[in-house]
Amino acid sequence: MSTIISTNQLTKTFGAFTAVNAISLEVNKGEIFGFLGANGAGKTTALKMLTGLLTPSSGSAMVAGFDVWKQPEQVKKRIGYMSQKFSLYEDLTIRENIRLFGGIYGLSMSDIREKTSHLLQKLELEKEAGTLVKSLPLGWKQKLAFSVAMLHDPKIVFLDEPTSGVDPLTRRQFWELIYEAAHRGVTLMVTTHYMEEAEYCNRLSMMVDGSLVALDTPGALKTQYQAKNMDEVFRKIARG
Amino acid sequence: MPVIEVQQLSKSYGPLQALENLSFQVEKGEIFGLIGPDGAGKTTLFRILATLLLPDQGSIQLCGLDGIKEYKKIRQMLGYMPGRFSLYQDLTVEENLEFFASVFGASIQKNYDLIAPIYTQIEPFKDRRAGALSGGMKQKLALCCALIHRPKVLLLDEPGTGVDPVSRQEFWEMLADLRRYGITMLVSTPNMDEAELCDRIALIQHGNIMAIDTPSGITNSFQHPLFAVRSDNMYTLIKELREMEGVKDCYAFGEYAHVKLEPSIAPTDTTAKIFQFLENNGHTQIDIKPTAPTIEDCFIELMKS
Repeated sequence: MSTIISTNQLTKTFGAFTAVNAISLEVNKGEIFGFLGANGAGKTTALKMLTGLLTPSSGSAMVAGFDVWKQPEQVKKRIGYMSQKFSLYEDLTIRENIRLFGGIYGLSMSDIREKTSHLLQKLELEKEAGTLVKSLPLGWKQKLAFSVAMLHDPKIVFLDEPTSGVDPLTRRQFWELIYEAAHRGVTLMVTTHYMEEAEYCNRLSMMVDGSLVALDTPGALKTQYQAKNMDEVFRKIARG
Repeated sequence: MPVIEVQQLSKSYGPLQALENLSFQVEKGEIFGLIGPDGAGKTTLFRILATLLLPDQGSIQLCGLDGIKEYKKIRQMLGYMPGRFSLYQDLTVEENLEFFASVFGASIQKNYDLIAPIYTQIEPFKDRRAGALSGGMKQKLALCCALIHRPKVLLLDEPGTGVDPVSRQEFWEMLADLRRYGITMLVSTPNMDEAELCDRIALIQHGNIMAIDTPSGITNSFQHPLFAVRSDNMYTLIKELREMEGVKDCYAFGEYAHVKLEPSIAPTDTTAKIFQFLENNGHTQIDIKPTAPTIEDCFIELMKS
């Protein structure tokens, strides 16, 4: 198994406040990795460093083979991002969204054309290409958003609460897409505070007050904290 | 007499039918959960019950009062916590509370006993602007503001959304505590795992109620033998098990996949059969165990039927 993300004592301070405190972790290629923590635990700051949006104060992180400090632009080219709250432009059509994001990711026009037809075919949305995204059912939107986040064949896709608020069937269909991507070797970094989402990850890390306090499979964490579900694990860890 | 009575309620927005012929009752002191995904019609129902939106058809009664003709009296009896944080961000914690008390002509002193267990947790921050509070503290303040006029009915639209599990559990503990005041509570959530914290629940999807019962009543009605299965390759496992004889459905369920068998299949020997099937398909690290259905399994079942 090869490592796709590795951090060594990764730290971020804002003045006297340490938002992320010396985090060291490794994520494998093709892994579905959960990144958990209470509000204000430092999750967002850590992720901003891993995605090249924020420079670390000290320590280092390698993402998809590049140093987030020295080569943030190279990192950005190799990652995708999708959030349940915001992913696609509702007032653009499916085709327009694909073109827009393809352009942002720096794909050539011919690449975009090819990717568009491939994506529409795969999602069976050929007939809907001219439909505004806002009029699509939630489940379709979600699949489209995930596919758009992978338009540039990223090595890693960051998913922020990818299935919050959706019905249980749509949620399953989405997790199958994620399993499929992982099966192909894409690494998925899932952030959420819905523990029912966390249960789907291969491994979970948990941050409290800027530090990494737990890292294991959901099953092992449940055993270690003698908890019947991840919600209970989270509460036991967060309450200290 | 039920405290909330909804009869054949319908509401459309243009071509979109948000609520379709909905009927249910909530008894005094009950915590009644409306469980369903985004877009199921939960917020529309809350707005109608809060007398902020008129239904196209049907009627509602709260505490025996007609929801349309006697809306002014009803508003005095209702505490409403909308899904989006709707306090004044630029007012402090204390100012928000005073404001909501004054709108209802209520006295903070007189009703302090009701909010004390909650308010004392945020009182150290009473001079902080509401907009600068954490998610969990905002939620506690919103609950105090919804309670300050001593309502008989609390309408809580997705109180668990956007807050972490610690705050979420504290919130449910507060609701359970409010029961001793005889307050009737209607709570909505898209999280199936919050269902078991309610006395009774309605599973709602596309503006329809698919089932109403106690949480255990719902799970007891599940007819299929159910197994939790996992292996080293979940992606192929799910696809392959769907093709296995006697398997009605297979879907991801946390670390495991749930395998739902035809009701006629005797669960004996099933573990061995599934194990053999997966082993023949090249899976390793196979783990199989019978499992009890959850509300989510029932929801999926109802959506497919």
